Amino acid sequence: MIRMTDVHKAFGANKVLRGANLTVPTGQSMVVIGGSGTGKSILIKCILGLVQPDSGTIEVDGQDVTRVPRDAFLARFGMLFQGGALFDSLPVWQNVAFRLLRGSLKRPRAEAREIAIEKLRRVGMGPDVADRLPAELSGGMQKRVSLARAICAEPEIIFFDEPTTGLDPIMAGVINDLIREIVTEMGATAITITHDMTSVRAIADQVAMLHGGQIRWTGPIADLDQSGDPYVDQFIHGRPTGPIETLR
Amino acid sequence: MIRLLAAIGAGVLGLLAGLGRLTLFAAETVSHAVRPPFYGREFLNALVQVGYFSLPVVGLTALFTGGALALQIYAGGARFSAEAVVPQIVAIGMVRELGPVLVGLMIAARVTSSIAAEIATMKVTEQLDALVTLSTNPMKYLTLPRVLAGLLVMPVLVGVGDIIGIYGGYLVGTRSLGFNAAAYLQNTADFLEPLDIISSLTKGAVFGVIATLMGCYYGMHSDRGAMGVGRATKGSVVAAAVLILAANFLLTNLFFTA
Ligand SMILES: Nc1ncnc2c1ncn2[C@@H]1O[C@H](COP(=O)(O)OP(=O)(O)O)[C@@H](O)[C@H]1O
Ligand SMILES: [Mg+2]
Repeated sequence: MIRMTDVHKAFGANKVLRGANLTVPTGQSMVVIGGSGTGKSILIKCILGLVQPDSGTIEVDGQDVTRVPRDAFLARFGMLFQGGALFDSLPVWQNVAFRLLRGSLKRPRAEAREIAIEKLRRVGMGPDVADRLPAELSGGMQKRVSLARAICAEPEIIFFDEPTTGLDPIMAGVINDLIREIVTEMGATAITITHDMTSVRAIADQVAMLHGGQIRWTGPIADLDQSGDPYVDQFIHGRPTGPIETLR
Repeated sequence: MIRLLAAIGAGVLGLLAGLGRLTLFAAETVSHAVRPPFYGREFLNALVQVGYFSLPVVGLTALFTGGALALQIYAGGARFSAEAVVPQIVAIGMVRELGPVLVGLMIAARVTSSIAAEIATMKVTEQLDALVTLSTNPMKYLTLPRVLAGLLVMPVLVGVGDIIGIYGGYLVGTRSLGFNAAAYLQNTADFLEPLDIISSLTKGAVFGVIATLMGCYYGMHSDRGAMGVGRATKGSVVAAAVLILAANFLLTNLFFTA
């Protein structure tokens, strides 16, 4: 279980998170929606400790994340970054198998490569891309490689930051199914950030909407259409007018 | 007046704070050198990048400098009929000062800039964050191998630079200034002392650490965006060059004023 309580984070005068509260039960798929620049990426970076919150507490399975041994803690996580964040000096398979080539999960190179190719297949990529460099791939392909890297060591907790942005609708469907599968099969806890309402409906057990630095609404996916929250309604129907300001 | 003093004070404080951060950064790098795991592959890669691929630029720099030095000493020496000291002065000039300093500056241009740009780009594209989430410490994975490579490979580069520089002087001396080849080499060998060579290689090691450390430091502390990468690269080269020249002065002081 992941629990964030009253988390604040500001960059200078830019108050990004202003008391965010969020609870994600173990084995559930939480989808976070919200306008761009509202701090969704920062929210999950706070959980991973990549960004230090100014105040508030974050617990994973009841333990404060600032007080646990970092290596063991991070070994439980997988993360797909919004921009892919592939290591451009390493070929695709070494990116995917990064964790398996060094550190506590180290295994023989040949075996790591096998696993990498298997993970690539799961995200719809053939073995021919294994030896290419990330820079030789399109943005959508890089995203899928990055997804393969996030799931490679079979983490218990996985964060997906905009997994389908930049993919064609069919590939987006494949990725949605994959994320759903990972959560149900591996029993993983997932937080997915997305703007894509099709993804939301395909992936989510729970939905949370971030607005104004706080979680405005959270509830099971079944309640999303009857949330009764004007902000959520405006967002899921993509209406240009409503309580969320749009500057024009 | 007060405002001027305040500005100077702020500048000095900023400089001290910067030095403090840099010292902490260096200390953290050292702390990773004594704690496993070690990334051997990254280290070998850094050795090749810092060392092997720098050989051409080091060789050319030293060759031309040695040649020019011989011409200058000959012309200057001729004013009080001391042309004969060319081999000795070329040797001492190259080994004690010009070899280490010029190789250091070329490495600052070639290696520091590329390290800073690479790491800054990694920071901007979240690759450093990705390293952390993959349980890999960026200091251990990126900084330590590069700094270690700088420490070990720069004395070699400086040694090569010294030899090629002397060879440049030898070429000019024997081909156009009429020196006897055997006598030129004999004079060089007789004149150089072990301390000259030790100081040269020590300077190399120190400059190697400065050059690689500054690249990593500025890269890791880059601001966001392409402008951030540009600023980090520029800052790293300037800082490395200035620190190398300052360290050179201190080391010369240490070795040759007793
Ligand atoms: N490292 C940083 N330094 C300064 N501002 C940042 C930094 N990272 C993010 N921000 C700011 O925080 C806000 C939220 O960013 P982010 O979480 O990436 O938004 P999104 O909801 O689109 O993922 C943005 O206004 C962004 O400019
Ligand atoms: Mg984002």
